[in-house]
Amino acid sequence: MNLEDIINKTKTYYCLECGKCTAVCPVSRHNSNFSPRLMLERALMDSEGELIHDRELFSCLTCYACSHLCPSEVDYPVFTQKVRSLASSQGEHGDCAHSGTLLSLMRLMSRPNIKQRRLDWLDGCHTSEKSEILYFVGCAPYFEPIFEDIEVSPVNVARNSIRILNALGIEPMLLPNERCCGHDLLWTGDVETFKKLAQFNAEMIKESGAKKIVFSCPEGYRTFKIDYPQYVKLDCEPVHITELLAQNLSKLSLRPRAKREGSNPEVKKVTYQDPCRLGRHLGIYEPPRELIKAIPGIKLVEMEHSGDESICCGTSVWTNCSSCSKEIRIERLSEAKATGAELMITACPKCQIHFKCAMVDKGAEKGADVKMEVMDLVNLVANAMETQE
Amino acid sequence: MAEFEPKIIAFCCNWCTYAAADIAGTSRIHYPANVRIVRVMCSGTVDPIYILRAFEMGADGVLVAGCHEADCHYLNGPLKCDAMFEKIKKMVNTLGLEGERLRREMIAAAEAPIFAHVIEEMVEQLKKLGPSPLREGVKV
Ligand code: SF4
Ligand code: SF4
Ligand code: FES
Repeated sequence: MNLEDIINKTKTYYCLECGKCTAVCPVSRHNSNFSPRLMLERALMDSEGELIHDRELFSCLTCYACSHLCPSEVDYPVFTQKVRSLASSQGEHGDCAHSGTLLSLMRLMSRPNIKQRRLDWLDGCHTSEKSEILYFVGCAPYFEPIFEDIEVSPVNVARNSIRILNALGIEPMLLPNERCCGHDLLWTGDVETFKKLAQFNAEMIKESGAKKIVFSCPEGYRTFKIDYPQYVKLDCEPVHITELLAQNLSKLSLRPRAKREGSNPEVKKVTYQDPCRLGRHLGIYEPPRELIKAIPGIKLVEMEHSGDESICCGTSVWTNCSSCSKEIRIERLSEAKATGAELMITACPKCQIHFKCAMVDKGAEKGADVKMEVMDLVNLVANAMETQE
Repeated sequence: MAEFEPKIIAFCCNWCTYAAADIAGTSRIHYPANVRIVRVMCSGTVDPIYILRAFEMGADGVLVAGCHEADCHYLNGPLKCDAMFEKIKKMVNTLGLEGERLRREMIAAAEAPIFAHVIEEMVEQLKKLGPSPLREGVKV
Protein backbone atom coordinates (compact mmCIF):
# COMPACT_ATOMS: atom_id res chain seq x y z
CA MET A 1 0.00 0.00 0.00
CA ASN A 2 1.51 3.36 -0.97
CA LEU A 3 0.80 6.66 0.68
CA GLU A 4 -2.01 7.50 -1.73
CA ASP A 5 -3.78 4.21 -0.99
CA ILE A 6 -3.39 4.85 2.70
CA ILE A 7 -4.89 8.32 2.34
CA ASN A 8 -7.83 6.85 0.42
CA LYS A 9 -8.40 4.01 2.80
CA THR A 10 -8.37 6.11 5.93
CA LYS A 11 -10.33 9.04 4.40
CA THR A 12 -7.47 11.34 5.27
CA TYR A 13 -8.43 13.92 2.70
CA TYR A 14 -11.72 14.61 4.41
CA CYS A 15 -9.69 16.18 7.20
CA LEU A 16 -11.07 19.63 8.03
CA GLU A 17 -8.02 20.63 10.02
CA CYS A 18 -10.26 21.30 12.97
CA GLY A 19 -7.62 19.97 15.37
CA LYS A 20 -10.00 18.02 17.58
CA CYS A 21 -7.72 15.01 17.27
CA THR A 22 -4.70 16.82 18.60
CA ALA A 23 -6.77 18.44 21.31
CA VAL A 24 -7.97 15.11 22.68
CA CYS A 25 -4.77 13.13 22.08
CA PRO A 26 -3.14 12.07 25.35
CA VAL A 27 0.29 12.03 23.71
CA SER A 28 0.00 15.55 22.31
CA ARG A 29 -0.93 16.79 25.76
CA HIS A 30 2.46 15.81 27.11
CA ASN A 31 4.61 15.86 24.00
CA SER A 32 4.25 19.01 21.94
CA ASN A 33 6.24 17.50 19.05
CA PHE A 34 3.42 15.12 18.28
CA SER A 35 0.23 16.14 16.55
CA PRO A 36 -2.04 13.77 14.61
CA ARG A 37 -3.44 16.71 12.65
CA LEU A 38 0.01 17.75 11.48
CA MET A 39 0.89 14.18 10.56
CA LEU A 40 -2.16 14.02 8.32
CA GLU A 41 -1.40 17.39 6.83
CA ARG A 42 2.08 16.19 5.95
CA ALA A 43 0.63 13.13 4.28
CA LEU A 44 -1.68 15.33 2.24
CA MET A 45 1.15 17.63 1.23
CA ASP A 46 2.69 14.49 -0.16
CA SER A 47 5.86 14.65 1.82
CA GLU A 48 6.11 10.89 2.27
CA GLY A 49 9.78 11.09 3.13
CA GLU A 50 9.20 13.53 5.93
CA LEU A 51 6.35 11.46 7.32
CA ILE A 52 8.19 8.17 7.26
CA HIS A 53 11.30 9.49 8.91
CA ASP A 54 9.44 11.52 11.54
CA ARG A 55 10.54 10.31 14.95
CA GLU A 56 7.03 10.83 16.28
CA LEU A 57 5.44 8.36 13.87
CA PHE A 58 5.85 5.69 16.51
CA SER A 59 4.50 7.83 19.36
CA CYS A 60 0.80 7.31 18.62
CA LEU A 61 -0.91 4.86 20.98
CA THR A 62 -3.49 3.91 18.36
CA CYS A 63 -6.00 4.47 21.13
CA TYR A 64 -8.76 5.85 18.86
CA ALA A 65 -9.50 8.84 21.08
CA CYS A 66 -8.97 11.09 18.06
CA SER A 67 -10.96 9.23 15.45
CA HIS A 68 -13.74 8.78 17.93
CA LEU A 69 -14.25 12.55 17.91
CA CYS A 70 -13.23 13.33 14.35
CA PRO A 71 -16.13 14.97 12.46
CA SER A 72 -14.81 13.54 9.19
CA GLU A 73 -14.28 10.02 10.46
CA VAL A 74 -10.63 9.97 9.51
CA ASP A 75 -9.16 6.69 10.74
CA TYR A 76 -5.95 7.94 12.29
CA PRO A 77 -4.89 4.69 14.00
CA VAL A 78 -5.14 2.71 10.77
CA PHE A 79 -3.34 5.54 8.97
CA THR A 80 -0.58 5.16 11.56
CA GLN A 81 -0.50 1.39 11.20
CA LYS A 82 -0.13 1.56 7.43
CA VAL A 83 2.40 4.40 7.36
CA ARG A 84 4.46 2.50 9.91
CA SER A 85 4.58 -0.47 7.60
CA LEU A 86 5.89 1.83 4.84
CA ALA A 87 8.42 3.23 7.29
CA SER A 88 9.48 -0.17 8.53
CA SER A 89 10.12 -1.35 4.97
CA GLN A 90 12.61 1.51 4.80
CA GLY A 91 14.32 0.45 8.00
CA GLU A 92 12.58 2.88 10.36
CA HIS A 93 11.31 1.73 13.72
CA GLY A 94 10.24 3.17 17.02
CA ASP A 95 12.18 3.07 20.27
CA CYS A 96 11.67 -0.40 21.68
CA ALA A 97 10.70 -0.77 25.31
CA HIS A 98 12.55 -3.56 27.14
CA SER A 99 15.19 -3.32 24.41
CA GLY A 100 12.84 -5.05 22.02
CA THR A 101 12.77 -8.33 23.94
CA LEU A 102 9.04 -8.76 23.54
CA LEU A 103 8.97 -8.02 19.83
CA SER A 104 11.85 -10.45 19.34
CA LEU A 105 9.93 -13.20 21.15
CA MET A 106 6.99 -12.51 18.87
CA ARG A 107 9.15 -12.79 15.77
CA LEU A 108 10.69 -16.02 17.04
CA MET A 109 7.21 -17.50 17.37
CA SER A 110 6.86 -17.16 13.60
CA ARG A 111 9.63 -19.72 13.01
CA PRO A 112 8.05 -22.79 11.43
CA ASN A 113 9.86 -25.48 13.45
CA ILE A 114 9.31 -24.02 16.87
CA LYS A 115 7.86 -26.40 19.48
CA GLN A 116 6.97 -24.31 22.49
CA ARG A 117 6.59 -25.40 26.09
CA ARG A 118 4.01 -22.81 26.97
CA LEU A 119 1.52 -24.71 29.12
CA ASP A 120 3.32 -25.68 32.31
CA TRP A 121 1.11 -23.57 34.57
CA LEU A 122 -2.21 -25.36 34.27
CA ASP A 123 -2.54 -26.64 37.85
CA GLY A 124 -6.12 -26.53 39.04
CA CYS A 125 -7.43 -26.03 35.48
CA HIS A 126 -9.53 -28.48 33.55
CA THR A 127 -8.90 -28.48 29.85
CA SER A 128 -9.80 -30.97 27.18
CA GLU A 129 -8.28 -32.33 24.01
CA LYS A 130 -11.41 -31.77 22.02
CA SER A 131 -13.91 -29.02 22.65
CA GLU A 132 -15.91 -26.55 20.63
CA ILE A 133 -14.40 -23.81 22.74
CA LEU A 134 -10.78 -22.83 22.59
CA TYR A 135 -9.11 -20.51 25.08
CA PHE A 136 -6.40 -18.32 23.53
CA VAL A 137 -3.66 -17.88 26.10
CA GLY A 138 -1.70 -15.15 24.33
CA CYS A 139 1.76 -14.03 25.37
CA ALA A 140 1.21 -14.52 29.12
CA PRO A 141 3.84 -17.28 29.50
CA TYR A 142 6.45 -14.96 28.02
CA PHE A 143 5.36 -11.88 29.98
CA GLU A 144 5.53 -13.78 33.26
CA PRO A 145 9.30 -13.80 33.91
CA ILE A 146 9.73 -10.28 32.54
CA PHE A 147 7.21 -8.63 34.82
CA GLU A 148 7.51 -10.67 37.99
CA ASP A 149 9.63 -7.85 39.47
CA ILE A 150 6.66 -5.49 39.38
CA GLU A 151 4.36 -8.21 40.65
CA VAL A 152 2.22 -8.71 37.60
CA SER A 153 1.28 -12.26 36.78
CA PRO A 154 -0.41 -12.57 33.39
CA VAL A 155 -0.30 -16.36 33.73
CA ASN A 156 -2.48 -16.08 36.80
CA VAL A 157 -5.09 -14.28 34.70
CA ALA A 158 -4.95 -17.10 32.16
CA ARG A 159 -5.28 -19.70 34.91
CA ASN A 160 -8.23 -17.90 36.47
CA SER A 161 -9.87 -17.48 33.07
CA ILE A 162 -9.81 -21.25 32.60
CA ARG A 163 -11.08 -21.84 36.15
CA ILE A 164 -13.98 -19.49 35.54
CA LEU A 165 -14.78 -21.26 32.28
CA ASN A 166 -14.66 -24.52 34.24
CA ALA A 167 -17.20 -23.11 36.69
CA LEU A 168 -19.50 -22.52 33.72
CA GLY A 169 -19.08 -26.15 32.75
CA ILE A 170 -16.66 -25.42 29.93
CA GLU A 171 -13.42 -27.36 29.64
CA PRO A 172 -11.68 -25.43 26.91
CA MET A 173 -9.14 -26.67 24.45
CA LEU A 174 -5.71 -24.98 24.33
CA LEU A 175 -3.19 -24.89 21.52
CA PRO A 176 0.12 -26.31 22.82
CA ASN A 177 2.07 -24.49 20.14
CA GLU A 178 -0.10 -21.38 19.94
CA ARG A 179 1.69 -18.47 18.30
CA CYS A 180 1.54 -14.83 19.25
CA CYS A 181 -1.51 -13.22 17.62
CA GLY A 182 0.86 -10.73 15.98
CA HIS A 183 -0.89 -7.60 17.23
CA ASP A 184 2.27 -5.77 18.21
CA LEU A 185 4.05 -6.64 14.99
CA LEU A 186 1.14 -5.48 12.87
CA TRP A 187 0.99 -2.14 14.69
CA THR A 188 4.74 -1.61 14.53
CA GLY A 189 4.70 -2.15 10.78
CA ASP A 190 6.09 -5.70 10.52
CA VAL A 191 3.24 -6.99 8.36
CA GLU A 192 5.21 -9.91 6.89
CA THR A 193 5.83 -11.56 10.24
CA PHE A 194 2.29 -10.75 11.32
CA LYS A 195 0.95 -12.66 8.33
CA LYS A 196 3.07 -15.70 9.14
CA LEU A 197 1.79 -15.78 12.71
CA ALA A 198 -1.79 -15.37 11.50
CA GLN A 199 -1.41 -18.26 9.07
CA PHE A 200 0.05 -20.59 11.70
CA ASN A 201 -2.71 -19.76 14.15
CA ALA A 202 -5.45 -20.07 11.56
CA GLU A 203 -4.15 -23.50 10.49
CA MET A 204 -3.89 -24.81 14.05
CA ILE A 205 -7.34 -23.53 14.89
CA LYS A 206 -8.82 -25.09 11.80
CA GLU A 207 -7.25 -28.42 12.70
CA SER A 208 -8.55 -28.17 16.25
CA GLY A 209 -12.12 -27.86 15.03
CA ALA A 210 -12.93 -25.09 17.50
CA LYS A 211 -16.10 -23.08 16.94
CA LYS A 212 -15.47 -20.34 19.45
CA ILE A 213 -12.25 -18.75 20.72
CA VAL A 214 -12.30 -17.09 24.11
CA PHE A 215 -9.84 -14.30 24.86
CA SER A 216 -8.93 -12.64 28.13
CA CYS A 217 -6.59 -10.29 26.25
CA PRO A 218 -8.29 -7.43 24.37
CA GLU A 219 -5.46 -7.14 21.86
CA GLY A 220 -5.65 -10.76 20.78
CA TYR A 221 -9.40 -10.37 20.57
CA ARG A 222 -9.24 -7.27 18.38
CA THR A 223 -6.63 -8.92 16.16
CA PHE A 224 -8.72 -12.02 15.59
CA LYS A 225 -11.93 -10.10 15.15
CA ILE A 226 -10.84 -7.23 12.93
CA ASP A 227 -7.41 -7.97 11.47
CA TYR A 228 -7.26 -11.72 10.86
CA PRO A 229 -10.24 -11.77 8.47
CA GLN A 230 -8.27 -9.48 6.17
CA TYR A 231 -5.42 -11.97 5.89
CA VAL A 232 -6.61 -15.50 6.74
CA LYS A 233 -9.77 -17.58 6.81
CA LEU A 234 -11.15 -18.29 10.26
CA ASP A 235 -14.21 -20.47 10.70
CA CYS A 236 -14.82 -19.66 14.31
CA GLU A 237 -16.13 -16.85 16.37
CA PRO A 238 -13.84 -14.85 18.69
CA VAL A 239 -15.40 -13.72 21.98
CA HIS A 240 -14.04 -11.79 24.89
CA ILE A 241 -14.34 -13.49 28.23
CA THR A 242 -16.24 -10.54 29.73
CA GLU A 243 -18.92 -10.89 27.05
CA LEU A 244 -19.24 -14.59 27.73
CA LEU A 245 -19.39 -14.09 31.49
CA ALA A 246 -21.86 -11.22 31.32
CA GLN A 247 -24.22 -13.54 29.42
CA ASN A 248 -23.83 -16.22 32.08
CA LEU A 249 -23.91 -14.13 35.23
CA SER A 250 -26.53 -16.23 36.98
CA LYS A 251 -24.37 -19.35 36.70
CA LEU A 252 -21.41 -17.75 38.43
CA SER A 253 -22.74 -17.31 41.98
CA LEU A 254 -20.52 -14.44 43.02
CA ARG A 255 -19.97 -13.50 46.63
CA PRO A 256 -17.47 -11.24 48.29
CA ARG A 257 -14.56 -13.11 49.79
CA ALA A 258 -14.83 -11.47 53.21
CA LYS A 259 -18.41 -12.63 53.58
CA ARG A 260 -17.39 -16.19 52.93
CA GLU A 261 -14.77 -15.82 55.61
CA GLY A 262 -17.49 -14.91 58.07
CA SER A 263 -16.98 -11.20 58.61
CA ASN A 264 -19.32 -8.55 57.33
CA PRO A 265 -17.55 -6.82 54.50
CA GLU A 266 -17.52 -3.13 54.03
CA VAL A 267 -18.43 -1.97 50.59
CA LYS A 268 -15.29 -1.65 48.56
CA LYS A 269 -15.11 1.08 45.95
CA VAL A 270 -13.51 0.16 42.66
CA THR A 271 -12.98 1.90 39.37
CA TYR A 272 -12.55 0.46 35.90
CA GLN A 273 -9.97 1.24 33.22
CA ASP A 274 -11.38 0.59 29.75
CA PRO A 275 -8.66 -0.90 27.56
CA CYS A 276 -8.58 0.95 24.23
CA ARG A 277 -8.86 -2.29 22.27
CA LEU A 278 -11.93 -3.45 24.14
CA GLY A 279 -13.54 -0.03 24.39
CA ARG A 280 -13.12 2.30 21.45
CA HIS A 281 -11.82 -0.36 19.08
CA LEU A 282 -14.66 -2.82 19.65
CA GLY A 283 -17.30 -0.94 21.57
CA ILE A 284 -17.37 -3.29 24.56
CA TYR A 285 -18.08 -1.04 27.51
CA GLU A 286 -20.99 -2.67 29.28
CA PRO A 287 -20.11 -6.36 29.78
CA PRO A 288 -17.13 -5.64 32.06
CA ARG A 289 -19.23 -3.18 34.05
CA GLU A 290 -22.10 -5.66 34.39
CA LEU A 291 -19.66 -8.18 35.77
CA ILE A 292 -18.18 -5.77 38.28
CA LYS A 293 -21.62 -4.66 39.43
CA ALA A 294 -22.71 -8.26 39.86
CA ILE A 295 -20.16 -8.80 42.60
CA PRO A 296 -21.79 -8.03 45.93
CA GLY A 297 -19.86 -5.82 48.29
CA ILE A 298 -18.33 -3.86 45.46
CA LYS A 299 -19.33 -0.46 44.21
CA LEU A 300 -18.19 0.76 40.82
CA VAL A 301 -17.30 4.43 40.62
CA GLU A 302 -16.34 5.96 37.29
CA MET A 303 -13.33 8.12 36.58
CA GLU A 304 -13.70 11.58 35.10
CA HIS A 305 -12.93 10.08 31.70
CA SER A 306 -14.56 6.71 31.28
CA GLY A 307 -16.21 4.56 28.65
CA ASP A 308 -15.57 5.99 25.20
CA GLU A 309 -13.72 8.94 26.75
CA SER A 310 -11.38 6.70 28.65
CA ILE A 311 -7.65 7.49 28.57
CA CYS A 312 -5.09 4.98 27.34
CA CYS A 313 -2.53 3.53 29.75
CA GLY A 314 0.21 5.37 27.89
CA THR A 315 2.22 2.89 25.81
CA SER A 316 1.23 0.49 23.13
CA VAL A 317 3.07 -2.26 21.24
CA TRP A 318 6.15 -1.97 23.51
CA THR A 319 7.25 1.07 21.56
CA ASN A 320 8.18 4.64 22.46
CA CYS A 321 7.63 4.18 26.17
CA SER A 322 8.81 7.58 27.35
CA SER A 323 8.50 10.16 30.07
CA CYS A 324 5.35 11.19 28.26
CA SER A 325 3.93 7.67 28.77
CA LYS A 326 4.71 7.93 32.45
CA GLU A 327 2.97 11.28 32.68
CA ILE A 328 -0.13 9.87 31.02
CA ARG A 329 -0.14 7.04 33.57
CA ILE A 330 0.35 9.33 36.53
CA GLU A 331 -2.50 11.53 35.33
CA ARG A 332 -4.73 8.51 34.88
CA LEU A 333 -3.84 7.11 38.29
CA SER A 334 -4.64 10.47 39.82
CA GLU A 335 -8.05 10.35 38.17
CA ALA A 336 -8.55 6.89 39.59
CA LYS A 337 -7.49 8.06 43.05
CA ALA A 338 -9.85 11.02 42.84
CA THR A 339 -12.84 8.68 42.63
CA GLY A 340 -12.06 7.46 46.14
CA ALA A 341 -11.69 3.91 44.85
CA GLU A 342 -9.27 1.55 46.56
CA LEU A 343 -8.84 -0.63 43.53
CA MET A 344 -8.40 -0.06 39.83
CA ILE A 345 -9.71 -2.88 37.70
CA THR A 346 -8.08 -3.51 34.36
CA ALA A 347 -9.02 -5.93 31.63
CA CYS A 348 -5.79 -5.97 29.64
CA PRO A 349 -2.50 -7.41 30.87
CA LYS A 350 -0.59 -4.48 29.45
CA CYS A 351 -2.67 -1.83 31.24
CA GLN A 352 -1.84 -3.55 34.48
CA ILE A 353 1.85 -3.79 33.64
CA HIS A 354 1.99 -0.12 32.66
CA PHE A 355 0.21 1.21 35.73
CA LYS A 356 2.21 -0.93 38.12
CA CYS A 357 5.43 0.12 36.42
CA ALA A 358 4.51 3.79 36.81
CA MET A 359 3.82 3.26 40.50
CA VAL A 360 7.17 1.58 41.03
CA ASP A 361 8.97 4.18 38.97
CA LYS A 362 7.29 7.32 40.26
CA GLY A 363 6.20 5.95 43.61
CA ALA A 364 9.01 7.59 45.53
CA GLU A 365 8.30 10.96 44.00
CA LYS A 366 4.50 10.96 43.97
CA GLY A 367 3.89 8.63 46.89
CA ALA A 368 0.35 8.00 47.99
CA ASP A 369 -1.05 10.19 45.22
CA VAL A 370 -0.60 7.43 42.70
CA LYS A 371 -0.40 4.27 44.77
CA MET A 372 -3.38 2.00 44.49
CA GLU A 373 -4.17 -1.64 44.06
CA VAL A 374 -4.56 -2.76 40.45
CA MET A 375 -6.22 -6.03 39.57
CA ASP A 376 -7.41 -7.77 36.44
CA LEU A 377 -11.16 -8.20 36.12
CA VAL A 378 -10.74 -11.94 35.65
CA ASN A 379 -8.94 -12.22 38.99
CA LEU A 380 -11.62 -10.14 40.68
CA VAL A 381 -14.32 -12.48 39.40
CA ALA A 382 -12.31 -15.57 40.30
CA ASN A 383 -11.86 -14.23 43.84
CA ALA A 384 -15.58 -13.76 44.18
CA MET A 385 -16.52 -17.20 42.94
CA GLU A 386 -17.75 -19.67 45.52
CA THR A 387 -15.96 -22.57 43.90
CA GLN A 388 -12.69 -20.82 44.57
CA GLU A 389 -12.56 -21.82 48.26
CA MET B 1 26.59 -34.64 4.06
CA ALA B 2 29.13 -32.78 6.13
CA GLU B 3 28.81 -33.10 9.89
CA PHE B 4 26.65 -30.47 11.48
CA GLU B 5 28.78 -27.67 12.85
CA PRO B 6 26.90 -25.69 15.47
CA LYS B 7 27.27 -21.93 15.72
CA ILE B 8 27.79 -20.54 19.19
CA ILE B 9 27.64 -16.90 20.13
CA ALA B 10 29.59 -16.12 23.29
CA PHE B 11 29.11 -12.84 25.14
CA CYS B 12 32.34 -12.42 27.08
CA CYS B 13 33.24 -9.71 29.53
CA ASN B 14 36.23 -7.64 28.55
CA TRP B 15 38.13 -8.09 31.78
CA CYS B 16 37.91 -11.79 32.42
CA THR B 17 36.45 -14.22 29.95
CA TYR B 18 37.51 -12.27 26.89
CA ALA B 19 41.03 -12.18 28.31
CA ALA B 20 40.78 -15.91 28.99
CA ALA B 21 39.87 -16.52 25.34
CA ASP B 22 42.75 -14.31 24.33
CA ILE B 23 45.21 -16.24 26.49
CA ALA B 24 43.79 -19.51 25.15
CA GLY B 25 44.77 -18.20 21.73
CA THR B 26 48.25 -16.96 22.62
CA SER B 27 48.99 -20.19 24.51
CA ARG B 28 47.80 -22.18 21.49
CA ILE B 29 45.20 -24.14 23.38
CA HIS B 30 43.07 -25.89 20.80
CA TYR B 31 39.32 -25.55 20.94
CA PRO B 32 36.63 -25.84 18.26
CA ALA B 33 36.19 -22.92 15.89
CA ASN B 34 32.39 -22.92 16.31
CA VAL B 35 32.29 -19.95 18.61
CA ARG B 36 31.94 -16.28 17.69
CA ILE B 37 32.89 -14.08 20.58
CA VAL B 38 31.16 -10.79 21.24
CA ARG B 39 33.11 -8.68 23.68
CA VAL B 40 31.03 -6.76 26.21
CA MET B 41 32.34 -4.52 28.95
CA CYS B 42 30.76 -6.53 31.73
CA SER B 43 28.50 -9.57 31.99
CA GLY B 44 26.05 -7.23 33.75
CA THR B 45 25.42 -5.41 30.46
CA VAL B 46 24.08 -8.49 28.71
CA ASP B 47 20.39 -7.96 28.08
CA PRO B 48 17.85 -10.67 27.15
CA ILE B 49 17.59 -9.10 23.71
CA TYR B 50 21.26 -9.94 22.95
CA ILE B 51 20.48 -13.59 23.47
CA LEU B 52 17.18 -13.56 21.61
CA ARG B 53 18.73 -11.74 18.67
CA ALA B 54 21.48 -14.35 18.53
CA PHE B 55 18.84 -17.07 18.26
CA GLU B 56 16.88 -15.02 15.73
CA MET B 57 20.00 -14.72 13.61
CA GLY B 58 20.65 -18.43 13.61
CA ALA B 59 22.76 -19.28 16.66
CA ASP B 60 22.49 -22.88 17.88
CA GLY B 61 23.80 -22.03 21.31
CA VAL B 62 24.61 -18.95 23.38
CA LEU B 63 27.20 -18.56 26.13
CA VAL B 64 27.22 -15.68 28.57
CA ALA B 65 30.49 -15.53 30.48
CA GLY B 66 32.26 -13.03 32.69
CA CYS B 67 34.21 -12.53 35.88
CA HIS B 68 33.72 -14.44 39.08
CA GLU B 69 31.56 -12.53 41.52
CA ALA B 70 34.35 -10.84 43.46
CA ASP B 71 36.36 -9.91 40.35
CA CYS B 72 33.85 -7.78 38.45
CA HIS B 73 35.25 -4.36 37.59
CA TYR B 74 31.83 -2.80 38.04
CA LEU B 75 31.02 -4.37 41.41
CA ASN B 76 27.81 -6.29 40.87
CA GLY B 77 27.79 -7.23 37.17
CA PRO B 78 27.72 -10.99 37.75
CA LEU B 79 24.74 -10.65 40.12
CA LYS B 80 22.86 -8.60 37.55
CA CYS B 81 23.79 -11.12 34.93
CA ASP B 82 22.55 -14.01 37.07
CA ALA B 83 19.20 -12.28 37.63
CA MET B 84 18.87 -11.59 33.91
CA PHE B 85 19.87 -15.15 33.13
CA GLU B 86 17.10 -16.60 35.32
CA LYS B 87 14.54 -14.66 33.28
CA ILE B 88 15.93 -15.42 29.85
CA LYS B 89 16.25 -19.11 30.76
CA LYS B 90 12.51 -19.21 31.35
CA MET B 91 11.74 -17.44 28.07
CA VAL B 92 14.07 -19.68 26.10
CA ASN B 93 12.51 -22.72 27.75
CA THR B 94 9.04 -21.51 26.75
CA LEU B 95 10.33 -21.08 23.20
CA GLY B 96 11.01 -24.80 23.35
CA LEU B 97 14.81 -24.72 23.23
CA GLU B 98 16.80 -27.29 25.18
CA GLY B 99 18.53 -26.03 28.33
CA GLU B 100 21.96 -26.89 26.91
CA ARG B 101 21.62 -24.24 24.24
CA LEU B 102 22.04 -21.47 26.76
CA ARG B 103 24.91 -21.47 29.21
CA ARG B 104 26.21 -19.15 31.89
CA GLU B 105 29.79 -19.36 33.11
CA MET B 106 32.23 -17.40 35.22
CA ILE B 107 35.70 -17.71 33.76
CA ALA B 108 38.59 -15.64 35.09
CA ALA B 109 41.32 -14.22 32.87
CA ALA B 110 43.77 -16.90 34.02
CA GLU B 111 41.35 -19.73 33.28
CA ALA B 112 42.05 -20.16 29.56
CA PRO B 113 41.89 -23.97 29.70
CA ILE B 114 38.45 -23.75 31.30
CA PHE B 115 37.26 -21.49 28.52
CA ALA B 116 38.49 -24.00 25.93
CA HIS B 117 36.85 -26.82 27.84
CA VAL B 118 33.48 -25.06 28.07
CA ILE B 119 33.46 -24.47 24.32
CA GLU B 120 34.42 -28.09 23.63
CA GLU B 121 31.64 -29.32 25.87
CA MET B 122 29.05 -27.01 24.32
CA VAL B 123 30.00 -28.01 20.79
CA GLU B 124 29.70 -31.67 21.71
CA GLN B 125 26.27 -31.18 23.29
CA LEU B 126 25.01 -29.04 20.41
CA LYS B 127 26.17 -31.57 17.85
CA LYS B 128 23.98 -34.12 19.60
CA LEU B 129 21.03 -31.75 19.69
CA GLY B 130 21.33 -30.67 16.07
CA PRO B 131 20.47 -27.25 14.63
CA SER B 132 18.27 -24.90 16.64
CA PRO B 133 14.58 -25.32 15.76
CA LEU B 134 14.36 -21.54 15.66
CA ARG B 135 16.97 -21.45 12.92
CA GLU B 136 15.04 -22.45 9.85
CA GLY B 137 14.49 -19.83 7.27
CA VAL B 138 17.59 -17.98 8.37
CA LYS B 139 20.72 -17.90 6.26
CA VAL B 140 23.58 -18.98 8.45
S1 SF4 C 1 -10.32 15.65 14.14
FE1 SF4 C 1 -10.49 14.78 12.06
S2 SF4 C 1 -11.03 16.54 10.78
FE2 SF4 C 1 -10.28 17.38 12.70
S3 SF4 C 1 -8.09 17.75 12.32
FE3 SF4 C 1 -8.26 15.73 13.24
S4 SF4 C 1 -8.39 14.32 11.49
FE4 SF4 C 1 -8.80 16.37 10.72
S1 SF4 D 1 -4.84 7.22 18.39
FE1 SF4 D 1 -4.65 8.10 20.46
S2 SF4 D 1 -2.46 8.49 20.69
FE2 SF4 D 1 -2.80 8.20 18.48
S3 SF4 D 1 -3.14 10.25 17.69
FE3 SF4 D 1 -5.15 9.42 18.19
S4 SF4 D 1 -5.55 10.14 20.27
FE4 SF4 D 1 -3.35 10.39 19.91
S1 FES E 1 33.66 -6.73 34.54
FE1 FES E 1 33.63 -8.88 34.15
S2 FES E 1 31.62 -9.38 34.80
FE2 FES E 1 31.70 -7.25 35.31
